[in-house]
Formats: sequence, C-alpha cells, structure tokens
Amino acid sequence: MLKTYTYPKFEYRRPEDLDCTTVRRHPVLIVGAGPVGLALAIELRLKKLSVIVIDEDNTVSVGSRGVCYAKRTLEILDRLGVGDRVVEKGVAWNVGRTFFHEDEVYRFDLVTDPDHERPGMLNLQQYYLEEYLVERAQAVGVELRFKQQVLSVDAHEEGATLEVQSPDGRYQISTDWLIAADGARSPIRRALHLDVEGHVFQDRFLIADVLMKAGFPPQRWFWFDPPFHPNQSVLLHRQADDVWRIDFQLGWEADPEVEKQPDRVIPRIRAMLGAEHEFELEWISVYTFQCRRMAQFRHGRVLFVGDSAHQVSPFGARGANSGIQDADNIGWKLDLVLRGAAPQTLLDTYHEERAYAADENLLNSTRSTDFITPKSPISRVFRNAVLELAEHHAFAQRLVNSGRLSVPACYTHSRLNTPDLDAFAGHLTPGTPADDAPLPDGSWLLRQLAGGFTLLYFVDPGRRVDAEIAALTALVDDDISINLVLVAAIGAARSRYDAHHGTLYLLRPDQHVAARWRQMDLTRIRAAVRRACDLH
Amino acid sequence: MPLNLEPNFHEPGKHYLHGFSPGDEFYELLIKMHRPLSEAESIKVNARLILLLANHIGDLSVLREAMTIATQCATQE
Ligand SMILES: Cc1cc2nc3c(=O)[nH]c(=O)nc-3n(C[C@H](O)[C@H](O)[C@H](O)COP(=O)(O)OP(=O)(O)OC[C@H]3O[C@@H](n4cnc5c(N)ncnc54)[C@H](O)[C@@H]3O)c2cc1C
Repeated sequence: MLKTYTYPKFEYRRPEDLDCTTVRRHPVLIVGAGPVGLALAIELRLKKLSVIVIDEDNTVSVGSRGVCYAKRTLEILDRLGVGDRVVEKGVAWNVGRTFFHEDEVYRFDLVTDPDHERPGMLNLQQYYLEEYLVERAQAVGVELRFKQQVLSVDAHEEGATLEVQSPDGRYQISTDWLIAADGARSPIRRALHLDVEGHVFQDRFLIADVLMKAGFPPQRWFWFDPPFHPNQSVLLHRQADDVWRIDFQLGWEADPEVEKQPDRVIPRIRAMLGAEHEFELEWISVYTFQCRRMAQFRHGRVLFVGDSAHQVSPFGARGANSGIQDADNIGWKLDLVLRGAAPQTLLDTYHEERAYAADENLLNSTRSTDFITPKSPISRVFRNAVLELAEHHAFAQRLVNSGRLSVPACYTHSRLNTPDLDAFAGHLTPGTPADDAPLPDGSWLLRQLAGGFTLLYFVDPGRRVDAEIAALTALVDDDISINLVLVAAIGAARSRYDAHHGTLYLLRPDQHVAARWRQMDLTRIRAAVRRACDLH
Repeated sequence: MPLNLEPNFHEPGKHYLHGFSPGDEFYELLIKMHRPLSEAESIKVNARLILLLANHIGDLSVLREAMTIATQCATQE
C-alpha cells in the first residue's frame, strides 16, 4: 500500500465468448494493457476501429518503474488525448547535473531550443500514466478485458487463435491481427518459440521511492562514486506527489533480499540526503536489466511492440518512450492495411523503422551502462579520468555518459520517404518527426495535426493563395485523405522548417516527414502519399 | 595552435544527429580495444597508443600543454 497512491481496481466483466458456441473473430486484438498496448488501443480506436485489449491483471503497474517521459512521447500523448493530464500531474525538467565524488562536473539542458509546447522531460510514476491511459481507452470505447490471461496462441496465415483464462472459465478468441504488447517476458513470444537476442547486465540496482518535502529543484541528479555511496552510482529524480525516486547501484555481488530491508535502505538514504531531511519510504525493490531485441518484430499477422520486442537498460529512459513510439508507428499502418487502403507489406516497414530505432536505443543505453558500470579496472581508470577532466574541459564533459536521454529516431533511410528534390537547410529531413513551433494565434503547430496525412503549407502572412488552397483542398477527397494546414511562414516555424512562401511538407499520420517541396505539384504530392503507404 | 579542449571527435564523411555520438563512439572503441587485454597488456597498449598519437600531433608545445593538464589532474587527487 502506498501513502500517496491507491491502486485502482478495474472492473472485470464476464466475457460473452464464454457463452458462444462458435469462436468469435475480431480485426485486432492487443494482449497487454501496459503503456504500449494502451497507447496503441487508443490510437486505433480514434481511427474508428474496434479494439480489444486483454490483460491478466486488473490494475496498473505496481511499484516504481518508468519515471521519465520525453518530449516526443508527450506530443504523442497529446494526440491520444492524455497529454494535458500527464503534464499537469508530472514534474517537468530540462536540467541534468552530474557529480563525481563531491564535485559537480557537468550540467546539461535538454531544451537548447526554446519554444516547444512540451518540456524536454517529464517525470511521472508509471502507474499514473497507465491509469490515465486506461480511463482514456474506456472513454473512447476500447474494450478492455481485465483478469484474463492468454494461455496459448495458434498463429496462422489468416491471423491467430488464442486460448484465454477468465475468472469464469476458459474461452477461445480469434483475431485477424494480434498485437503482442505483453511485456519483457512476453508469453506470446515464448509460445511462438521466437528468440530475443542480447544479454543481461551483471549489475543490480536498488530503487527507493521516498516521500519527502524537500526544496531541491526539479532536476536530474546523477552521482559517480559519491562519498555517501562509494564506488557506485546514484540517481535522484523528483516525481509527482513529493515522491522522489532514488536508484542506488549495488553491484552484481549484492544480495537483493538483504539490500531491500528497510534497516539497510534507510541509512543509505539518510547518508545521501543529510540528517535534516525527513522522509518516508514508499517503495523498495531491486532490479537487474537486459539489453536485447527480437530479430523480427513482425511474424506474419503477429506484431510485437514495446518491451516484448526490445528491452534496454533504464539509463536514458528509453523503455516506455520507445514503446509508445512503436505504437505511434504501427497504428496508422495497421489502420490502412485493415481498411484495404495499403498492402500488408506496409507492416514490414514497422519492423524496419522500429528495429532501427531499437538498435539506436540499445547502442546508446549499452554505451551509458558501460560508462556507469566499468567492466574492468582499466575501463574504470578511463571513466574516472573523463570525470576528472570534465570539471574543467568541455571535450571531457561531452564524454560523460550518465544516460543519453530518449530522443525520437529519425527514419532517414526508410523506403517510405520521398527523397528531397529541392534544397533545404536544417534537421527536418524526410523521416524526421515534425518539430513543434508556436503559432501567431498562441496555439502550437503540432496541435494542428489531426492524425491522418497532413500537408503543411507555409505562406507569408498577407499573401493571397486562394487558387493554391482550392487546388490543395481537393486532396482531402483522395482515397487516402490529406488534411491541409496553413502555417504562417514566420518565426520558429519558418526557421525550423527552413520554410519560404509556398514551401510544403507532407507529414505521415505519426507526424514524421514523408516529403517536402518548394513548389506545389499535386502529382508529386499524391505520389509521395502512395510511397508512404508502400503502394507502388 | 594551442591544445584543443573543445569537443573534437568526428569522422570525415560521417554525419551525426547528436553532439555526443562521435565521442561516445570513440569511447566505445577505446573500451572495446581493452576488453580482451590483461591489466599488464592494457598498460603497454596505452603507452604505445600515447606514443602513436603524440607523434601524429607532433607539435611539442601542444604536447607540453596536454602533459601539464594531465598531471595537474593527478596532483589534485
Ligand atoms: C526500474 C525501471 C525504470 C524504468 N524507467 C523508465 C523511464 O524512466 N522511462 C521509460 O520510458 N521507461 C522506463 N522503464 C521501462 C518501462 O517500464 C517499460 O519499458 C514499459 O513498462 C514497457 O511497456 P509495455 O506496455 O511494453 O510492457 P508492460 O508495461 O510490461 O506491460 C505488459 C502487460 O502485459 C500483461 N500480460 C503479460 N502476459 C500476459 C498474458 N499471458 N495474458 C494477458 N496479459 C498479459 C501484463 O499484465 C502487463 O500489464 C523502466 C523500467 C524499470 C524496470
């Protein structure tokens, strides 16, 4: 029981399938109501598909897990309709401070570029995120089946048939497309005998959530080898409700059962915070982690998303953040395939784009882990030399690696992109997620994107473009509809997009840039949409 | 030219999305190089590496400055 949070008990309803003589068939079934399964369910439901989510539990994530959600994730949550709640409850931060022994050696600021609606990072206990997602899923009409465990899976060419255990008995259910959002241990992955390759890191971390009223600013603090926890690292984050999360590195030899005892944990925290801070323990656990991914995220009609497909070390907060981007990537593709508007091969690009992202996450989190936990005396010598030099020298500060925080992957090599014909400056090359910018009326650019394909049309204020708009509006009636959004080519929007009067950006439903032009050409725009849908 | 103490890792023809990436790549190469070595071997490899790089830099004034900074750090310990 936590002092600051009461775990909700979601309602179990007796599934109708128990009373059916035939096995019911559904278009999409998601197994797992973690952040990733829920995000995808909401996305598909907003696209008017009927969606079922099955979860063996009837509450949210128990204890302390995910903390930090990145700007890109918040932007996705905005589109799903939970961003405001998450941001209101959470603790926004941009500054990270790193200490070695007693001294501060490095400080970073995530938002080098101001004028984004969302902060660089937001801290919130994972259970809040999940609770908000469940409520949103229910509000938009996702069918959530709690307390139902998937026992077995039969995957075949037309879909999959599952055996499910409910409190009132077993039933079978069939689906055209099965989404395995069933977490790191993924029973579906196991049932299908699929491999996940990588390794366990030989280290243990103690997690403590403590309740205290402390005046520390909302920043990420990371210590290498501090006097209060010699030879190891410590991480401090502020979460909602005055709950602070502390991660103590313990080393591989530590005994988790012993380390979890409050009479062991409390002195550690007291040594860290100083005697003047009163605190209460909310949660203690010990974890180890893995860095690994499946070779293929798509197996016919079974698609793996989130932790079931890939797991990373927590340094960099890339777990849930990348899982939610998986959902963002697959949602619109599945929608188009289910409607018959795009070929099934579009779903292969889910694997291509997100496996690329997973590799980037694995690379960065493995490098961080190797820096934080040197595996040999010589690598500890180098690590400490970097930290010593970092106190005075910029080059060494850049090398300090206490976690490279989650940033979205840019699918610059994706076959869904249309290569540039015109010259553009800046970073928004095809494959990159659209950047936010403030608009003259006080709203934000990303808020104008409704969810389908969107054409951003940049116009100098005051110039008449009636004929162009009339022509572009015709695209709304295409088979794959394209929304038109006019953007004043001024300020941050102009500079970030390197926009002139008449510049056009075609954005995919997940807001990644598909193509861009300096001049309007409907044939080219339509060709780029077809390409982004893998239609040839 | 004085000793460059600003971030300087890069590779011709390679484009990096994040400022930390080339430095992280260098660090990974360094640690990977040492991974199979014993401690005694590592010390020898480090010595050879310093000699190779020092010759590449060549300019004694730069090397002198680097030596000063490297030993300053050590005396602070
Ligand atoms: C200590 C720690 C710190 C972390 N910090 C961060 C962070 O700061 N930022 C971040 O982004 N990520 C972080 N993560 C990672 C994050 O918690 C996970 O990446 C995230 O929970 C993955 O979401 P998911 O939906 O893929 O899987 P899960 O959240 O694991 O959900 C899987 C769901 O599937 C259900 N399920 C499993 N098997 C079955 C079955 N047979 N039948 C029915 N249902 C089933 C489970 O009940 C569960 O609800 C952290 C993780 C840890 C452990």
